[in-house]
Amino acid sequence: MRPFDYVRAETTSDALRADGRIIAGGTNLLDLMKLEVETPERLIDVTRLDLREIEAQENSLRIGALVPNSDLAADERVRRDYPVLSRALLAGASGQLRNKATTGGNLMQRTRCPYFYDTAQPCNKREPGTGCQAREGFNRILAILGTSDKCIATHPSDMAVAMRVLDARIEIESPSGETRLLTLDEFYLLPGDTPERETVLEPGELITAVHLPEPPKGRQAYRKVRDRASYAFALVSVGAAVNVEGGKITDAALAFGGLGPRPWRDAGVEEVLIGETPSAAVFDKAADVLLRDARGFGANDFKIPLTRRVLKAVLSELTGVAQ
Amino acid sequence: MTEQLKMDEVQPRLLDETGQGAITRPMDRPEGALKVSGRATYAAEYKAANMAYGVMVRAAITRGSYTVDEASVKDMEGFLGVWTDHMIRNSAQGTMNTNPVQPGLNIQYFGQPIAVVAAETFEQARHIAHALRIDYTSEEGFEVDPETASQVDESVPVDQGDLDRAMADAAFTVDATYTTKPHNSAPMEPHASLAEWDGERLTLHGSYQMLKYNRNELADSLGMDAANVRILSPYVGGGFGSKLGIAPEAIGAAVAAKALKRPVRCVLARQQVFQMVVRRTETRQRLRLAADADGRLTGVGHDNWQSNLPDEQFAEPVTAATHFLYGGENRRNAQSVARLNRMASGSVRAPGEAVGMLALENAMDELAEATGIDPIELRIRNIPEIHPESGKQYSSRSLAQCLKEGAEAFGWQDRQAPKARREGEWFVGMGVASAARTNILMESKARVTLNPDGTALVETDMTDIGTGTYAILCQIAAEMLGLDPSKVTVMLGDTDLPPASGSGGSWGAASSGSSVFLGAKAIRARLAERLGCAPEALRLQDGVATGGNNRRPLAELMDGPLVEEGHIQPGSKSDEMAQASYGAHFAEVAVNSVTGEVRVRRTLSCMAAGRILNEKTAASQVHGGMVWGIGSALHEGVEHDHRTGHVVNDDLAEYHIPVHLDAPRHDVLFIEERDDHANPVQAKGIGELGISGAGAAVTNAIYNACGVRVRDYPATPDKIFPHL
Ligand SMILES: Cc1cc2nc3c(=O)[nH]c(=O)nc-3n(C[C@H](O)[C@H](O)[C@H](O)COP(=O)(O)OP(=O)(O)OC[C@H]3O[C@@H](n4cnc5c(N)ncnc54)[C@H](O)[C@@H]3O)c2cc1C
Ligand code: SF4
Repeated sequence: MRPFDYVRAETTSDALRADGRIIAGGTNLLDLMKLEVETPERLIDVTRLDLREIEAQENSLRIGALVPNSDLAADERVRRDYPVLSRALLAGASGQLRNKATTGGNLMQRTRCPYFYDTAQPCNKREPGTGCQAREGFNRILAILGTSDKCIATHPSDMAVAMRVLDARIEIESPSGETRLLTLDEFYLLPGDTPERETVLEPGELITAVHLPEPPKGRQAYRKVRDRASYAFALVSVGAAVNVEGGKITDAALAFGGLGPRPWRDAGVEEVLIGETPSAAVFDKAADVLLRDARGFGANDFKIPLTRRVLKAVLSELTGVAQ
Repeated sequence: MTEQLKMDEVQPRLLDETGQGAITRPMDRPEGALKVSGRATYAAEYKAANMAYGVMVRAAITRGSYTVDEASVKDMEGFLGVWTDHMIRNSAQGTMNTNPVQPGLNIQYFGQPIAVVAAETFEQARHIAHALRIDYTSEEGFEVDPETASQVDESVPVDQGDLDRAMADAAFTVDATYTTKPHNSAPMEPHASLAEWDGERLTLHGSYQMLKYNRNELADSLGMDAANVRILSPYVGGGFGSKLGIAPEAIGAAVAAKALKRPVRCVLARQQVFQMVVRRTETRQRLRLAADADGRLTGVGHDNWQSNLPDEQFAEPVTAATHFLYGGENRRNAQSVARLNRMASGSVRAPGEAVGMLALENAMDELAEATGIDPIELRIRNIPEIHPESGKQYSSRSLAQCLKEGAEAFGWQDRQAPKARREGEWFVGMGVASAARTNILMESKARVTLNPDGTALVETDMTDIGTGTYAILCQIAAEMLGLDPSKVTVMLGDTDLPPASGSGGSWGAASSGSSVFLGAKAIRARLAERLGCAPEALRLQDGVATGGNNRRPLAELMDGPLVEEGHIQPGSKSDEMAQASYGAHFAEVAVNSVTGEVRVRRTLSCMAAGRILNEKTAASQVHGGMVWGIGSALHEGVEHDHRTGHVVNDDLAEYHIPVHLDAPRHDVLFIEERDDHANPVQAKGIGELGISGAGAAVTNAIYNACGVRVRDYPATPDKIFPHL
């Protein structure tokens, strides 16, 4: 671990003024610092800030950036109105980690690509221009969608997948005092030629909250496939909210984890479903659209057929149609 | 005085006569409270005055030579030094007793320990280790792929009768290939050493399994006299084979401490435990079974392919149980060890059986399927009269009883045809596998002291690696001396104490237990003499001696402590009889029809391992074995990069071992047994029996649930869902 300064911010403006790296629960950042994958010179501890509330606003919920994952999952309103989020959170990490992990930190957690973690390996994300050792290496857990020649890493968060389903918006405060609200699609970048840039967050900016709009209509589900029963990242996960009225799908929102460099949502998938009578054939068509550009790199090829199966199972469950 | 016994003759069952009631009962481990309250001090927790911190540096190329550029770090804060002297390439193999390969400034695999740095604080040392510039001269032509290796050591240890002929003539055959990935021991406590020098004398607080060997290995690696080395390992947070031999951090700590004339503590990071100790080799195994119309085996073939570094003597004994578990006249085993530039292979949790029995017991399941005979009946039918290769008699062997009683308790009769039982998305099925693990007796010594106040002390350099050694040695002494176990203190893990067998190969309890038994037996003889009765007539209970019409409290018989040493040595009984522990594992699993995810629902193991010394610690060993069995069946696998050979998944986030949710209810039953040929306490090894075969019960259950045979371990979802 490289020596670093530590500053404790007492107010949001303290945090925005201080020049350094934000630390919240530390469950991701500290691991990376021990390995010197991350080498910040100064840490700004934001855990004293007043960002721990989950507030009901008009038809929406504002989740403070420091709300621990376990509290968010247990919140009565979240469990009732946004069960996909509660389920996704509980499907992640372990009880101990969820107690420490924060809403903001979870959104900002970095990939679990094993080559990224090992500083003796070339990695474009860690050291731009050195190459991507995962592409032709052991890439079982890596991405099949949204990859580039430079990087095939996934975003590992479960929580963010559910937030993507819910059309959540991330509240960001910048040092100039300005506040913006961004959807997750706007927030996360694809790797392209600059895999080291993962979000549009600028240095000095702070995530202060996540806003959940009115709950979606219909039923919600989060399904995560993993290598062991708990405490493993998703091979594939599907978060969904689907409404059926009069035998037709009227609303559908679907997002996917384990597949891409950001929580993956594809409007084309939803277009295929909306207005249709749910059936295995329609679900297959949705999977076709989702996976039309999917590409495996060897060890992760299995994710393509697996995603289709899980997507169909989730849609069957939510629409009550046998596969 | 020393009471010596070489195990050449069957010994009387004295522990069935004593009557104190200390032995066998499920006593809590005496040091348990210390452990759960953080008061048991582990190696990495010792602090010495003026201690410096060492961190190992690994090679970041696969093959070549190197020099370290001290100038690159010498001005960094806290820097004390960097050394490359005496570095060992990997841990010593179990019972090696000499130095492991010391390659000097040569690199033979990616991850090899090549230097130690020391600094004033741990954080500084870690940062310096990271910043240290190494100048490498890479060499081409290294090999990391076992399938294409150019140097392969081949042997055919068993070739009996004509297996090809037997296969051709058989009514039923199985010919299948199974593969297993490399495994890491993954003990909870990483390797740690604190080295302190006093002139030429070195004291090392370490985390080791076999101290009398480790002392010699350390001394030999450092080029010094073993008499000047003392190792202390009173508590060890799991070893699973990786702490059998001296490991790189001990050398690093000792070298740095000597140079600095200060104590140095060196702890391996989790990633280093994955990279530079020893792994279990990957295996490819071909199983051939030939059976007659009744399912009786006429031939058994078990060939295996594995890998190791050049100059390592160890090879995974993949066919360990295959030699004696089932009959069949025509037999053949071949072994190929590819020499690779990958981390060394060595002992990890039941070397041999842990992976060999996955394949063997899967093949038996396939044979059951082919013949239409119930898997339990098929196994029982193939239990041989005599050892099918050596012709020896077996000592105690309750395999059939374990299979039958286990089946009964598990509800085996409810098992259905593959794919017949379905609950929603889940296929549900049951599987069984035999368990077998060779029993070994090793030389071991212990000193037993009985005090006139009715307390006793047991001293030996034996280790307790979480297994329950403190408990069982206490119980043996208490039983023999007629004392409540609370009166007996056990001191372990110090090379200044009489040298024991060490913990490994499941021989620890019976070997060190026998030495304690013998020491206590000698004390009994002296008490009998004082009481004026024959030793056989002596009764000792709750601090009172009875015999020859006399009854006296111990205090009246003794004018001071009685001190005796017990010394057990293996004898002709080890060669005369085929000795092993046996059992049967049962598993019920559910397989998700959409995703191929497997969830174990319940498991049961019925075990027979001679006298059970403590029902609780023995059952805990079997629980641990089942957890690892589930791990090897469903989760575990080290991934080596196919270009560099380095370990890719080098932490516990990506190297998956079972979590609680993966290892639900596990019932353990013991069959009452004594093994008169094994040792004077009539106990056999149980530590590794629990894993032997356990994973095969799980994969056999997967087949029974969903009709998919996974022969490529571990059975992750991607190996299953495409076939559903
Ligand atoms: C072994 C293990 C298993 C795990 N399994 C899962 C899993 O299955 N699913 C899953 O989703 N997650 C999993 N996690 C990841 C876990 O969810 C994240 O580590 C956690 O959510 C990060 O939150 P934190 O508050 O600890 O972040 P920190 O570690 O404190 O910070 C992470 C990053 O976020 C930045 N940051 C933090 N707060 C803010 C803010 N308010 N504004 C701007 N930037 C900020 C930091 O600068 C840092 O870059 C696992 C983690 C571990 C260690
Ligand atoms: S996939 Fe991305 S994170 Fe992984 S090695 Fe390649 S560039 Fe680095």
